[in-house]
Amino acid sequence: MEKQYINLYKQYHETIKKHSSAVMNAGRDASFELFEQLGFPTTKLEKYKYTDLSDALSYDYGLNINRLNIPVNPYQVFKCDVPGIHSYLYFVLNDGFYPITDKRNEDLPENVIICSLREASEKYPALVEKYYGKLTAGQKDGLVAFNGAFAQDGFFMYVPENVQLDRPVQLINIMRSDVDFMANSHNLIILEKNAKAQLLVCDHTMDDVRFVTNRVTEVFVDEYATYEHYKLENTHNKTTNLSTLLVDQKASSNVLGNIMTLHNGVTRNTIEIGINGEHCETTLCGMVVGDKNQQVDNYSSILHNKPNCHSTELFKYILDDVSKGGFTGRLYVARDAQKTQAYQTNKNILLNRTAKMRTKPQLEIYADDVKCSHGATIGQLDESAMFYMRQRGIPEKEARLLLMFAFTADVIDYIRIDALQDRMKMLVEKRLRGELSKCEGCVICQ
Amino acid sequence: MLQIKNLHANIDGKEILKGLNLEVRPGEIHAIMGPNGAGKSTLASVLTGNPAFEVTDGEVIFNEKDLLELAPEERANEGIFLSFQYPVEIPGVSMVNFMRTAINEQRKYRGQDPISATDFLRLMREKKELVEMDNKLTNRSVNEGFSGGEKKRNEIFQMAMLDPKLSILDETDSGLDIDALRIVANGVNKLKRADNATIVITHYQRLLDYIVPDFVHVLYDGRIVKTGDKNLALELEEKGYDWIKQEVDVK
Repeated sequence: MEKQYINLYKQYHETIKKHSSAVMNAGRDASFELFEQLGFPTTKLEKYKYTDLSDALSYDYGLNINRLNIPVNPYQVFKCDVPGIHSYLYFVLNDGFYPITDKRNEDLPENVIICSLREASEKYPALVEKYYGKLTAGQKDGLVAFNGAFAQDGFFMYVPENVQLDRPVQLINIMRSDVDFMANSHNLIILEKNAKAQLLVCDHTMDDVRFVTNRVTEVFVDEYATYEHYKLENTHNKTTNLSTLLVDQKASSNVLGNIMTLHNGVTRNTIEIGINGEHCETTLCGMVVGDKNQQVDNYSSILHNKPNCHSTELFKYILDDVSKGGFTGRLYVARDAQKTQAYQTNKNILLNRTAKMRTKPQLEIYADDVKCSHGATIGQLDESAMFYMRQRGIPEKEARLLLMFAFTADVIDYIRIDALQDRMKMLVEKRLRGELSKCEGCVICQ
Repeated sequence: MLQIKNLHANIDGKEILKGLNLEVRPGEIHAIMGPNGAGKSTLASVLTGNPAFEVTDGEVIFNEKDLLELAPEERANEGIFLSFQYPVEIPGVSMVNFMRTAINEQRKYRGQDPISATDFLRLMREKKELVEMDNKLTNRSVNEGFSGGEKKRNEIFQMAMLDPKLSILDETDSGLDIDALRIVANGVNKLKRADNATIVITHYQRLLDYIVPDFVHVLYDGRIVKTGDKNLALELEEKGYDWIKQEVDVK
């Protein structure tokens, strides 16, 4: 499976480099060598035991290493935004940042930079170099290594000191291709001291072919900064979505991650948040609605490296048919990370006997003055609540919907963008009703 | 309104109701009393169609309909309401949403259009006053974090909203202090009309000082073994159930 990609790299690494930037190329060969060693992850690895990629990676995918233009203007075809969100809107089309942005981005504060990573590393090499690859460096992970070798571009956001973005930034990953296609992209997000930004990442697919996306995002959140990362996946069932989110949190910073999978094929989200300063606040939550043969595995790792920090983690899954869910909640508390408070919850509902959920809390606590808790449940809808509702005249089907919807409510409550919160309520309800959860006027989600 | 004939019911294979007979006519209040484990709550569950119970024999006719043929929601929409002994907490479902859904399902069942937003709010306000319910409670999730008294008050509030033909109050007095008991009982009395009926299931005579029954039945070992007027409740309060048990067991 790996072989074709290894040969591809050996043969075309000059082309890959030519269409990328010096900063991104610096570690490319080393990433490739690491990938040669590691290969794609298999279920034999502890970290990947709930993610089976063997089928997804067995197909022959095209890559666009020559950076050929894709004749689509996403601003024209894509109307799938969350109404009322008034975001600064950007696109990554397959694996490249769509270069022409429209007028809704004109009032972006002047010193904030949002552009293609490739462009940023040419225009601001010192800035990009300081951060790029710093979080991926320690990762012994086949997917991250593969991304380091093949990613040529991605999304770049820089919010300088004391700048607080007034509106959310929205990044839409669109997959568009006539043949089975693989996209690798690398995103870099930098928030300086006391900066604030909200990013909503949406994953969508446009064509009825097989897609693999392998995206790595590095986020640096400096002291007193606040960063919110929302990921909303709404793709088709021939999509394999592999994402790695790596966050570095400095003292007194606040990070919220909310990872929502509404529709997909195979999904693997790896989230690692390093708390590297005191008095940080970290919230990581997520939600999965799975049916048919969908697979979703969220692997999270929260590293309390410094004392006096507080983390909360909440993931909820609703699984139907023969869908499979996986969750790992790794929580690491370093020896001197005293007074850590860390709470982890994973709750799951299986709607029938064939759906499967595997969940694993993994707490590694080396400090002795901490408060940590974890809880994982797998169950069915509450029968007594069902009967209570039916006794009030609400039919069984409607009662089930209300209960499932209610189950996801606390994850949705963690969304701090009102328009997105409203939209999510609607999308989840539609999804649970079995309707397509596509947005109004969207021509893409099929 | 309600005729129960020779009703037998099981839970987990164990027979709880063993040939129960009861008739309730419009305008009546029936109290059902009895020792623990007699089958009082089972009767409430069976009448409302709780799937945990299995009816093995007998029939229940409610306003000319075979009640046992109907799903729980259909029975509710026909006008049967149960005030639960242990109201269920439903985190994430707001009281407002819950009540609106219930009202509209009832209206749909009767072939009516959904209630307008203003009518719904007016109805809510009116009925909240009836049970002196705090505004805060209706903004919360169903029963979530409610005290025991608040939950029972919420049951009567829902009863007022849904305006049932037959209300079954299952141990509505348990866990209530005197003030809450009075409020709940007042609510029930205000909802009383000539065309509806109430079954009050209780352990204690206390509630019957406030909700005065036309009939008092003693349920023991799955059957109604004695029926009297409100004075029977006073007698039970004084003498306990043992004399009845003896009477029955001798037979």
